Amino acid sequence: MGNHRDSTEEVSSVAVTSLEASKEKFPDPGLPPHSPRLTDVDPKQNKKAERHVTLLFVISILGALLFWFAYFGIRVEGNFYDVTNPENNHLLRLQNLFLGLGIALSMFGIGIGIVHWARALMPDHEMVEMRHPVSSEESRAEAQDIMETIIDESGIKRRPLLRNTLIGSIILAPLTFVTLFRDLGPANPSLLKHTLWDQGVRLVRDPSGTPIKAADVTIGSAYHVLPENLQSLTHETGYVEEKAKAVVLLMRINPAELNISEDRKDWNVDGILAFSKVCTHVGCPIALYEQRTHHLLCPCHQSTFDAANECEVIFGPAAHPLPQLPIAVDEEGYLVAQSDFHEPVGPAYWERAKHVNEMAGEAN
Amino acid sequence: MAHHVIETENNYQARTTTGKITNFVDTRVGMSGIVREFGRKIFPDHWTFMFGEVAMYSLIILILSGTFLTLWFNPSMASVTYDGTYLPLKGVHMSAAYSSALDISFDVRGGLLLRQIHHWAALLFMTALTIHMLRVFFTGAFRRPRELNWVVGCCLWLLGIFAGFTGYSLPDDVLSGNGLRIVDGIMKAIPLVGTYLSMFFFGGEFPGTLLISRLYSIHIMVIPALLLLLMAIHLFMVVVHKHTQYPGPGRTEDNVVGFPVGPVYAAKAGGFFFIVFGIIAFLGATFTINAIWNYGPYDPSPVQAGTQPDWYVGFGDGALRLWPGSFPWSWKIDLFNHTFVLAVLLPFMLAGVLVLFMFTWPWIERWVTKDNRVHNILDRPRNAPFRTAAGAAGIVYYSVMMIAASSDLIATHFHVSLNDVAYVLRFLWFFGPIIAFIIVRRICLSLQRKDRELVLHGIETGNVVQLPHGEFIEVHKPLDEYHRYKLVSFESPEPLAAQPNAKGKITGAEKIRARISKWFFEDRVAPVSPAELEAAHHHGHGTEAVEAGPKPTGSLGGHSHN
Repeated sequence: MGNHRDSTEEVSSVAVTSLEASKEKFPDPGLPPHSPRLTDVDPKQNKKAERHVTLLFVISILGALLFWFAYFGIRVEGNFYDVTNPENNHLLRLQNLFLGLGIALSMFGIGIGIVHWARALMPDHEMVEMRHPVSSEESRAEAQDIMETIIDESGIKRRPLLRNTLIGSIILAPLTFVTLFRDLGPANPSLLKHTLWDQGVRLVRDPSGTPIKAADVTIGSAYHVLPENLQSLTHETGYVEEKAKAVVLLMRINPAELNISEDRKDWNVDGILAFSKVCTHVGCPIALYEQRTHHLLCPCHQSTFDAANECEVIFGPAAHPLPQLPIAVDEEGYLVAQSDFHEPVGPAYWERAKHVNEMAGEAN
Repeated sequence: MAHHVIETENNYQARTTTGKITNFVDTRVGMSGIVREFGRKIFPDHWTFMFGEVAMYSLIILILSGTFLTLWFNPSMASVTYDGTYLPLKGVHMSAAYSSALDISFDVRGGLLLRQIHHWAALLFMTALTIHMLRVFFTGAFRRPRELNWVVGCCLWLLGIFAGFTGYSLPDDVLSGNGLRIVDGIMKAIPLVGTYLSMFFFGGEFPGTLLISRLYSIHIMVIPALLLLLMAIHLFMVVVHKHTQYPGPGRTEDNVVGFPVGPVYAAKAGGFFFIVFGIIAFLGATFTINAIWNYGPYDPSPVQAGTQPDWYVGFGDGALRLWPGSFPWSWKIDLFNHTFVLAVLLPFMLAGVLVLFMFTWPWIERWVTKDNRVHNILDRPRNAPFRTAAGAAGIVYYSVMMIAASSDLIATHFHVSLNDVAYVLRFLWFFGPIIAFIIVRRICLSLQRKDRELVLHGIETGNVVQLPHGEFIEVHKPLDEYHRYKLVSFESPEPLAAQPNAKGKITGAEKIRARISKWFFEDRVAPVSPAELEAAHHHGHGTEAVEAGPKPTGSLGGHSHN
C-alpha cells in the first residue's frame, strides 16, 4: 500500500475513528443507473440467446431418451462379481452410468435453459418494494386486549381450583402415553454382567468353529475366538447379542516379555492370553494386533492396549483395560475358559462399578 | 313465493383466457390474494442466497428418491439366506434389511442409481444447509427480527444429522452396524439412565432384532415430517420478514431491492431446482457411494480399518477420538458404587458447547451490544470483526473435530504417526480457535482499513505520470458514489461501558457484559465520513489529493507513492 499519510492518525490496533465527524454520513445515492444487456440492445444477440435456450431444452429431451435407452436397451441378467463372467458388472456399471447421465442431462437441460432464459431474455430491472413492520403496535395492543378478555371470560384466574386441577390433569394425561414406551426394552442392566464364557467352555476359532490346541498356538500368532457353546444358539435365541459380548482375541507372547500381576498369574497358558475383543471405549471390535509390540488397536477410535501388560490403555480414548478371560487346558489339550470374565466387557456404563463389585463377590 | 335470484358478484368480466381461469379459481377458493401477495414479490438476488435453496431442493430430491427406495426396502432384522445376484454373498446369512438393500442395488433397474442419488442428496443437503447457516451467521442475518428463524434453522441442522444417521444405519452392513455399536457405547455413558436408554433403544442388548424397523419408522416418518414442518415454518418466516439484502446504494432498512418472483425469480429458482437435481444425478451416475456389498452383513466381530461416518456426523466421532481416555488419569471414575464414563461424556459435552453457542448466539450478541434494532441490511463480514472472528473460531473448533474423525486415514495417507496426528489435533482443538480468532479479527480490521484507503484515495490506476517539477506520482481514480456508498454505509459500534440498571446499580453481569463489549469493540475501524473525504481531497497538492480522475494532467494530482 505504500506509506499513505491519512488525514486521521492510524496506529495499528488502535481504534481508527474520526471523532465527531463520524456522526455525519454519506447520503444514499440511490440505485445505480440500469445498464442494458447485449440482448436488450442487439436483436441478433437476443435471437441467439433464444436459440441457446431452445438447444438446452432439446438437450434435456435427448437426456430423457438416453435414460430410456439405458433402461430398456441394456439387458443385465445373471450374477454379479462372477469371476468367470465379469461382463455383467460392466453392464451394470454402464446402465447405472447412462441412467444417471440421462437424468442429469434432462435436468441440466431444463434448469440451465430456464435460468439462461431468465438471465438473458426476461427483464433485469431491479425493483423496489417497501417493507412493513412485522406487526403494528395497535394490532399488538388489540391482541393483548383480546387475550386478556379471553382469560378474563374463561375465569381461569378467579377459579384457582379449576386451574390447578386442569394443570394436574394436563401434566398427567400425556404421561400415560409416555408410559407406553416402557416396554421398548428390558430395564435390566445386569444382563450386561455375564457372557457365554464359563468354566470349561472351549475356545473355538471364528468363524470355522474348530477348537484350539494349546500346542498349536505359536508365539506371535493371534486368533479370533468364540465360545464353543455359542454354536448352539440361533438368530432367534440371541446368537448375535451373545456373540457381540463373547468375542475374544487370543495371542501368544513370550512369557519373558509379560508383565502380569500376582492374582492373574494362572490366567494364561504358557504365554497364551485371551482378552475381550470389545473395546472398552464405545464397543467397537478391536481388530488390529501388532505382534512385534504386543499392541492391540481399535480401528474405530484408535484406542491402543498393551497385551503384554494386561491390556492397559497406552493411547487413545479408552479409559480402562480390556477384560482378560482366564484360560486353561483341558485333558485333551484344548484351550478352555476357567470362568467367565471377572468384570463386564465392553464400554463402561452407570452400573458398571456395582457390577464389578458383585462379580468379585461371586468369584470368591 | 318467487325465486330469489342469487346475485353473483360478477361485475368483473375477464377478457383473456388467463383472466377467465383466474376468475374461476378466485371466485371458488379466493386465490387472488395469494397471487397479489406473491406474484410480484421482490426477492434480492445474490449468489450467497443460493445455499438455502440448494438445501431445500436437496430435501425434495431426498423425499422423492427415498420414497422410491421404500418400495423395495425391507426394514427387518429377521435372518435370511441371501439368494440374489451378488455372487460373493450367495448363501450367506444376513438380515432381510441387508438382503433387500442388495436387491435394490443389483436387481432393481436403476435401484443402485436411486440409492446413490439418495445418499449424495443427503450429503449435499447437509453441506448446503451448513454453508447457508455460515452465510447467515457471518452476515448477521440472524439479528432481529430473525432470531427465531435462526433457531428453526439450527433445529433443521440437528434434524438433518439424525436423518442422515438413521438413514445410513438402515442397510445393516458391517459399517453401519459398527456405527450403531458406537451409539450403544455413547448411550451407556449417560449417567443414571444410560443403560436403560440403550436397552430401550435396541429392545434389549445390542444389537437385538428390533432396531432396524425402529430406525426405519423414525427415518421415513418422524424425521421427514419434522423436517418438512420446520422447513415450512422457516419459509413462512422468510415471507413475513422479507429477505435480507446486502448493503449498497438504494438499499435501505425499509425496502427490498431485487427481482419479482414472477417471472424472473421463479424462473431462476425453479430452473435452479433442476440444476441441483442434475448435479446430484450426475454424482449418482459417476461416483460410487456407500458400496454396502463390499462390507458384508453386520457381524459383531469384524470391523474395517479406516471407518468413518458421513461427514456431518464426523465432528461427534472426532471428538470421541480426541479425548485422551487415560491421561493424565483414567476418565472412567468409579464413585459411590457407580461409574462416570467421562471419557465419552466430556468430548460430547465439548461438542455440545458449540451447538449451544450456535443456538444462543443471537441473544449473546444482543446482550453484549444492547442492539435491539431491526436489521434488514446485512453486514459485510469484515464490518463485524468480532462476529467474524468468533465464527472463524467456531469453524476451527468444529473442523478439528471433523478432521479428527479421519485421524487414522491422515496417518496412513501422509505416513505420519497416528499418535502425533492425535497430539496435534488435540492441541489445535483448544488453541486453534484462539489463533483463528486473533488472525481473522486482524484480517477483518485490515480489510476495513483497505476500504478506507479506497474511499479516501481511490483506486490505483497503474498510471505513473511525471509532474512539471519532476516528481513522479501514480494516478488514483476516485470511486464513483455508488461504489463508495457500499464501502462507507456501515456502523462501527464502540465499546459500551457498564450501565446502571433501573435502581442505579451496576450489576456483576453488567460488568461482565461491559468487559466483553470492550473485548469485542475496542479495536475498530470507523467508516469514512464525508468530512474526512473532503479533507483528503484538499490536503495539499501532490501528496494527499485523490481527484486525479480520467485526466492525468491538469490541476491535480493523484497520490504520491514515495
